[in-house]
This record gives sequence, structure tokens and C-alpha cells, in this order.
Amino acid sequence: MVADMKTSLCGIELDNPVMAASGTFGYGLEFAEIYDINILGSFSFKGTTPQPRFGNPTPRIADCTEGMLNSVGLQNPGVDAVIAEELPALAKVFHKPVMANVCGGSPADYAEVAEKLDQCSQVGWMEVNISCPNVKSGGMAFGTDPGAAAEVISAVRRVTRKPVIAKLSPNVTDIAEIARACEAAGADGLTAINTLLGMRIDLKTRQPILANTMGGFSGPAVFPVALRAVWQISRAVDLPVIGCGGICSAENVLEMMMAGAAAVQVGSANLTVPTACRDIIGDLPGAMEKYGIRSLKELRVR
Amino acid sequence: MKNTILTIKQQQRIAPDTCEMVLQAAGTDAAVLEEVRPGQFINIKIDGFYLRRPISICDWDAAAGTITIIYKTVGQGTEAMSRMTAGQELDILWPLGNGYDLGCLPQRPLLIGGGAGVPPMYGLCRKLAEAGARPQVILGFRSAADVFYQEKFQALGARVLITTEDGSAGIRGFVTDAMAALGTGSAAALEPGSAEEHANESAYDGVFACGPEPMLRAVDQNAPAEIPGQMSFEERMGCGFGACMGCSCETKYGAKRICKDGPVLERSEIIW
Ligand SMILES: Cc1cc2nc3c(=O)[nH]c(=O)nc-3n(C[C@H](O)[C@H](O)[C@H](O)COP(=O)(O)OP(=O)(O)OC[C@H]3O[C@@H](n4cnc5c(N)ncnc54)[C@H](O)[C@@H]3O)c2cc1C
Ligand SMILES: Cc1cc2nc3c(=O)[nH]c(=O)nc-3n(C[C@H](O)[C@H](O)[C@H](O)COP(=O)(O)O)c2cc1C
Ligand code: FES
Repeated sequence: MVADMKTSLCGIELDNPVMAASGTFGYGLEFAEIYDINILGSFSFKGTTPQPRFGNPTPRIADCTEGMLNSVGLQNPGVDAVIAEELPALAKVFHKPVMANVCGGSPADYAEVAEKLDQCSQVGWMEVNISCPNVKSGGMAFGTDPGAAAEVISAVRRVTRKPVIAKLSPNVTDIAEIARACEAAGADGLTAINTLLGMRIDLKTRQPILANTMGGFSGPAVFPVALRAVWQISRAVDLPVIGCGGICSAENVLEMMMAGAAAVQVGSANLTVPTACRDIIGDLPGAMEKYGIRSLKELRVR
Repeated sequence: MKNTILTIKQQQRIAPDTCEMVLQAAGTDAAVLEEVRPGQFINIKIDGFYLRRPISICDWDAAAGTITIIYKTVGQGTEAMSRMTAGQELDILWPLGNGYDLGCLPQRPLLIGGGAGVPPMYGLCRKLAEAGARPQVILGFRSAADVFYQEKFQALGARVLITTEDGSAGIRGFVTDAMAALGTGSAAALEPGSAEEHANESAYDGVFACGPEPMLRAVDQNAPAEIPGQMSFEERMGCGFGACMGCSCETKYGAKRICKDGPVLERSEIIW
């Protein structure tokens, strides 16, 4: 039995469903030093804003049981520098369409970033991050309100012909409602989920560990939450869903695809095990064989 | 960067709350050691903890395939490490960070380490001594019981001044008190040497430091402005190899990642 790992995402063929998630893979270069990143289905690069951003004060990272908190706050060199420097550097090591992670503080910001990235042939998809918990204005504020989410998605929709993928926040009561609002606003796909809002306190200082007090929780501990979100969303809308959250094994990938995901993103696992994506892709055929899966396209549980 | 399994060769407590661990690389894995620079670090996976723990490379022996680390037990991760024994394996990423730049070698370097900042100073001191320099070293600790590696630095040919906060060993106070004592009779009383050596103490031509940030800032304020310097910083890390932006700091030349563009920063670029 030859395992068929191929899948497609909004009309673009993927050699396999495994992508690296935004913010955990930089612009790919650190990982290209360790393995050939062309084995990936694709990856989503760091959230990009119109202007350069330093992000939040440090400490921005806290260790947790089976997971981590981050309050990076969308540190990035700004869309112009991304196009002038990061994407040309990436082109030398990655020859597939890459996913752009589009961020901003207003619908106009998102549209500005998307309009500029629309000119880049390397960019396959626009992943619109309406779910970052680490910025004061914008980010999660858009992804937790159906009206605001729709506003951002339609602003991006107007300036690009590339597939628009809304990245959803789990920090909502009804994620299906947000998914439907994004679909109605013209999204071609959805990513679920971004990080969960969390917090830790240092017992010795009695102060929050993160300088920003709260941050986004990710890692294996959030897998069941992400899986549940994918299940709910894929039954509420007729769009491909990228399952993201806590994935660290080929079995997790299969489980996520059974829940309804068309593809998956691996995030925090890249940080603790730099070869995580390579390992998962390598393990996937064996895991498919073990569970009698011939093709990933037929996995979804109806 | 490589992901390698190292075997614990030996581990011993060298001061209260301070452990020295020697790790053995097998076969070709030891090739990494050819490229190690002082000031670089390793990132250690510890069973039961999600994020790795960054610890500086204290010393290394490329021929033997070993590295030495020294760490303080300050929390659950380092406590768990301190309970490990010879023969156990550790999953590490290495070598990480830029390390100290020995491009233009000072002849009379001043090395200053405070507490958990002492270990990287040892590998640096060895490299500088091997290159023909005669390092002056200042090591700061809380109390006499916490002092470690004084003789090992001396065995490299370095002149060593110890400071303790309670005055139970060496100079009472902080490393800056030892900086002030350099070239004066009080340093001579603690450290034997020729009259010429003592006269030269205060004429250092490069400063290297690692320790808590208040110490680094104090060292910067006390060192003459024209002396070049390199200082090693700590920050909580998500990855340790430049992918997550968890450890950024602002410098005069823009944002840098402590884990990849650091942990060593040039004195001239640091924004205090
Ligand atoms: C580049 C670098 C080199 C270091 N070298 C040494 C060394 O040679 N010897 C030594 O004793 N210590 C060193 N440290 C500090 C060491 O990493 C921490 O003491 C250790 O991570 C604490 O882990 P824990 O689980 O015991 O403590 P906890 O407080 O329980 O750790 C919780 C989390 O906070 C992080 N953390 C806590 N303190 C620090 C800190 N000071 N710096 C960075 N992260 C921290 C931990 O890594 C972990 O993710 C270094 C730190 C860095 C960044
Ligand atoms: C350090 C860090 C930075 C992140 N930055 C971004 C970002 O810029 N844009 C974004 O959409 N998601 C960002 N995320 C969220 C991840 O892409 C992913 O949705 C989340 O971490 C859940 O997946 P995981 O459990 O596999 O990490 C970040 C996550 C981490 C840990
Ligand atoms: S710790 Fe991830 S970039 Fe420095």
C-alpha cells in the first residue's frame, strides 16, 4: 500500500498536509539550516504588519505543563522589509507557495499588508490573523466579534485574488458563529486555532511571569480544544479548515483530519524539537498504514 | 545548530545550589565541539518540562568529546537536572548563540562573572590565555560558601579577585568594588604578584562580563568609556535558536534576539 499524503488547500496542491504555523517558524531560515524545508506542505510566516513592530516587553515566554505562554506581540520588520529582505532570502531555500500571515490594528492596516503581499508570487495564501491575543488594538478584538471579523476579511478580500484564510481565536463562546461570518465575508478557508489566553505567576516574586501579564497558551495541552474547534467549524461552514493547536505527532495529524481538517499547522513543537515537522511528515506514511488509511483526502468523518 | 543526545559523564555539587555536569558526545557528534566559541550555550530538554533550559557552555574538550556546564538550582527544571546521575542521557540543541568575539584580542582583558554568570567566563578565560593574554578575573558571589572555580581560573594563569556580598571571602561587596580596587594596594593584598603586575591591573584594554543585568549595568558604568567590551545577557527563551522572537531586546542597531544575535552584545550597542 502506497500512502497518498497529497492534499489540496484552496486550489493549491500540497505534497502533504503538514505546514509550520505562523510565529513558530520565523521566515524559515533557522529551520533551513537543519533540514530541507521543501519537504513541508508549506508554512505560514511570522505575522506581518504595515510598520515594523518590536512587540511587547520581555519576559515574553513562560513554561507550562505540556505547553507554553507567549506574549511576543507580533514583532516583525514591517511588510516592506518582509518583501525586500525576508522573501528574497526565503526564495533561496523554499520553492513552494508560502502562506503570508497578515496582521494590523484596523481593517485598513490588514488591507495595506495584503495588497502589498498580493504582488509577491511566492505568497500562495493570505492567512488573516484576527486572533492574536498579544496586541492592544486589533488582533483578537476582531476575531471575537462576528461583525468585526467580517469587516477585516472583506477588506482583505477586496485587495487580493489569492485565497484568503481567516485564522480564528478559540477565546470565544461560539467559534462556529465567527466561522460563518468569515465565510459570508468572502474567506476561502479557515485556520483554527490561534493561542488561548492564559497567565502564570512567579511564586517567588508573586508577580505575573509575562511582562504583559497575559499571553497566548499553545502546545500539546491545547490539542483537544483545537480538535473540538475544527470539528465544530467544519460542520458549520463549507470551507477547508486548517487544524492547528498542539499537534506534535503523525497521529495528531490524522486525528485532526478526521475531525474535518484539510491540512494542519504545527506550531510550538517546532520550538522544542526543531525537526518536529520533518519527523511528523516522516512518520505519516507509517501511521497511515497502521490505521489502514490509503489517502488523506478520504479521512474526514462525516 | 545540532540536536544531539549527550550522556552525563559525571555530575557533582561544587557549592550549595551549584552543580557541575560533564557531558559526553558520542562519535561524530563531538565534531560540533570544533566550532564552539566561549559564551555560547546549550538548550536542554528535561523530562516533564515543556520548554528547554538554556545553560552556558563553561568549558569543552574537542579531543575528549566533552563539555562542562555549571548551573544553579533555582527552580524545578534545574532541580530535576541536579538529581540526574552519570550514564543518563540528555537531549540538547547546540551550540547556540554568537559567543564572545575574539577577533581583536585584548592583551590585558578584564573578565567579570557574577554567580551563574561565572561559568562562561571560564571557557573565555581559557581561550584568551591560550592566545597569550594574561586575563584579570573578578568573580562575584553571595558568600564564601558559594565560591567556585577560583583555583581553576588561577590554573589558567589568570589573576583572580573574589568578591562576596557578606565579606566572608575576598573583597566585601560587588564586582564593581573589585574593579575600584584594581591597581590599588587592597587588591595586591588579596592577590600575590609583582609590583609591575599590580600597577598594570587597572590598565585593562577590554572588558568581558556575564551576570545579572544590574551587575552588567554597574560594570558598564565603572569601566572607562573608551574600553571595548562584550556582555552576555539572559532572557526567557521559547526556542533558543532564533525562531520565536521570545527573547528580543532593543539595541542601538535595532532589535536583536538574545538567543541568536546574542547572548553576547557589544558594549557600544547596548541600550541600558
Ligand atoms: C543564554 C543563557 C545562558 C545561561 N547560562 C546559565 C549557566 O551557565 N548557569 C546557570 O546556572 N544558569 C544559566 N542560565 C539561566 C538558566 O537558564 C535558568 O536558571 C534556568 O532556565 C532555570 O530553570 P528552572 O526550571 O530551574 O527555573 P524556573 O524558574 O522554574 O524556570 C521556569 C522557566 O523560566 C525560565 N528561566 C528561569 N530563569 C531564567 C533565567 N535566568 N534566564 C532564562 N530563562 C530563565 C526557564 O528556562 C523556564 O522556561 C542561562 C540563561 C540563558 C538565557
Ligand atoms: C511564539 C509564538 C508566536 C506566534 N506568533 C503568531 C503570529 O505571528 N501569527 C499567528 O497567526 N499566530 C501566531 N502564533 C500562534 C500559532 O501560529 C498557533 O496558532 C498556536 O501556537 C497553536 O498551535 P501550537 O499549539 O501547535 O503551537 C504564535 C505562537 C507562538 C507560540
Ligand atoms: S528564544 Fe526563540 S527567538 Fe530567541
